[in-house]
Amino acid sequence: MRAALFVTCVNDAVYPATGIATVRLLERLGVDVDFPEAQTCCGQPQFNTGYRRETEPLVRRMTRAFEGYDYVVTPSGSCAAMVRHHYPKIGDEAAASLAARTYELTEFLVDVVGVTDVGAHFPHTVTYHPSCHGLRLLGLGERPRKLLESVRGLELRELPGADECCGFGGTFAVKNSDVSAAMGQDKVSNAVSTGAEVLCGADNSCLMHIGGIVSREGAPLRPVHLAEILASTEEEPWS
Amino acid sequence: MSGTYLGMPAFPVAAKEAVGNETLRGNLRHATHTIRDKRAKAVAELDDWALLREAGKRIKDHTLRHLDRYLVRLEESVTAAGGVVHWAADADEANRIVAELVKATGETEVVKVKSMATQEIGLNEALEAEGISAYETDLAELIVQLGDDRPSHILVPAIHRNRGEIRDIFRDRMGAWGRPAPDGLSDTPGELAEAARLHLREKFLRAKVGISGANFMVAETGTLVVFESEGNGRMCLTLPETLISVVGIEKVVPSWRDLEVFLQTLPRSSTAERMNPYTSMWTGTHDADGPSTFHLVLLDNGRTNTLADEVGRQALRCIRCSACLNVCPVYERAGGHAYGSVYPGPIGAILSPQLRGIQSEIDASLPYASSLCGACYDVCPVAIDIPEVLVHLRERVADQGGKGHRLEKAAMKAAGWVFDHPRVMAAGERAASKTRRLHPSKLPGAGAWTDSRDLPELPPESFRDWWKKHHNDRKDTGT
Repeated sequence: MRAALFVTCVNDAVYPATGIATVRLLERLGVDVDFPEAQTCCGQPQFNTGYRRETEPLVRRMTRAFEGYDYVVTPSGSCAAMVRHHYPKIGDEAAASLAARTYELTEFLVDVVGVTDVGAHFPHTVTYHPSCHGLRLLGLGERPRKLLESVRGLELRELPGADECCGFGGTFAVKNSDVSAAMGQDKVSNAVSTGAEVLCGADNSCLMHIGGIVSREGAPLRPVHLAEILASTEEEPWS
Repeated sequence: MSGTYLGMPAFPVAAKEAVGNETLRGNLRHATHTIRDKRAKAVAELDDWALLREAGKRIKDHTLRHLDRYLVRLEESVTAAGGVVHWAADADEANRIVAELVKATGETEVVKVKSMATQEIGLNEALEAEGISAYETDLAELIVQLGDDRPSHILVPAIHRNRGEIRDIFRDRMGAWGRPAPDGLSDTPGELAEAARLHLREKFLRAKVGISGANFMVAETGTLVVFESEGNGRMCLTLPETLISVVGIEKVVPSWRDLEVFLQTLPRSSTAERMNPYTSMWTGTHDADGPSTFHLVLLDNGRTNTLADEVGRQALRCIRCSACLNVCPVYERAGGHAYGSVYPGPIGAILSPQLRGIQSEIDASLPYASSLCGACYDVCPVAIDIPEVLVHLRERVADQGGKGHRLEKAAMKAAGWVFDHPRVMAAGERAASKTRRLHPSKLPGAGAWTDSRDLPELPPESFRDWWKKHHNDRKDTGT
């Protein structure tokens, strides 16, 4: 099975480890991964801030970059949601076709590859924050949880108020920084209350915001992307 | 809309104050979480909730598409039943009509049913300017009125107050408005309710004019409907000789059959009840039963402008249940006052800028008062895609330019150019990675991020650069 990785601009520049983990994981599962280098940003920050016209060239670029691939996989619920929900409205038929071929990582694993046990090993206590776009726009449901529950050595702790937004929200984080930070601080308190060592998420933008608060507060918590946990094995522990 | 809100600061400024107010944060957190959890249980009881939601959406969309026809039908029905219909294009016209109707009765005081439309137009203030006292009779509205305060929630306008604060307001202010609070009033709910009951009873028994809004108006029969919990509405709707109802034109539904859907979805969405305690319905006037004179003032005040917008018009489906406020993480922390409108929360953020326009600082800031988490859309009983409308209104604000947006547009264009040139982007990533040890965790000019959050440390190489090596390795090993 061949799939193109849509790594996302944030992962490319700031969190390459998540992209690398996604490649390792998919290759381990027998997927032939390609990375079309013409890809950049899906245009979500522009679109969600009200710059639709500025989004259009990016939609065209992404559409061309992923032409011909049956599966486009991305380790970001929010970028997947951007492509799936908004590309058909912004772009042409080709953009709509990309929307139909784009999968968030856990969707691809569970629905396309058909696995929940990916053979991972991660001996840590983990709590999971389901980011809003994955939760509500994509309807990822139990997929991330099923994948995590099958990881050997991993103890999953319930996150209180899990379905509440962490407060990132793209440019919201700076335009309404006080409310955004208050939401993030509550998310961190809830995560810390579980006693878990690791706060797992499937969207690094949210983890960047949460991690920024964790770092500032010196909270005993390590934000880790789900792909990195799933890539980790006994032979090759991720970290 | 009401002059009370003129000159409100932009949302982030007002929200900052609320975020720092521990008492307010506590009051709001407790109240919203309680209602939120109860609503979820009440909704989960119905197997056909998704169908009811879809039906509600379709009924509203159908009615809005043929609004002209249904409003004329409503006018005919109300007139045939003995009522008088008035049309008000804006707040000023509506206020003038109501003031003249009250003056024609010779009365100088009116009792009011809780009504969003009359708050939207600032009716109480307009009547006061004409020498007419308007008494709010809903418990929470009474608390707000006595406290010389502003409502902060659609359903529970005094949600920002706790019992102790309410006791103080009753003790200090009731006497100036009528019957004073009993001596030694405590802050137990029973005693507070009794104090309000005694205070209000006087007003109900004396008033000759009642003023209401309506949750629904049925076009086929000219029937108006008010949903309420306390019975104060029933008093105001039945005891006075003259009843004046001010209702937004989007509140019309074609038939009684359509009400069936909303009778189920509104109570469960708003108060989390299977059925609200009092549902009052009246059709024109009747001999020796209820008010002998009935006036209906149909209010536009920005609604037809909203209807003209293909994306934004869905906001007119709103049945004012407040479920979106109760689940909103931004509302929970910013409080209702920060929205600078009688319509706070997510629905307010899409309604106020459409009804009032986006010229003022507060209205131009409201579409950004959301992280687009989508919790509001999930709970909306008429499926208003609030995040979609927020993004749509952001486009309008960005197009308008104005404070901060010109610079932002330039930045978006520059970023767009970089993203359209992957080689430039890769070079930028390399430069940033090379100098990463020099990046401070706090950057000058990035205060909005770094005041409360550290910046992430940049990696030694981008994914793109790693991939090139990985890809070459794969080719070398023939895998």
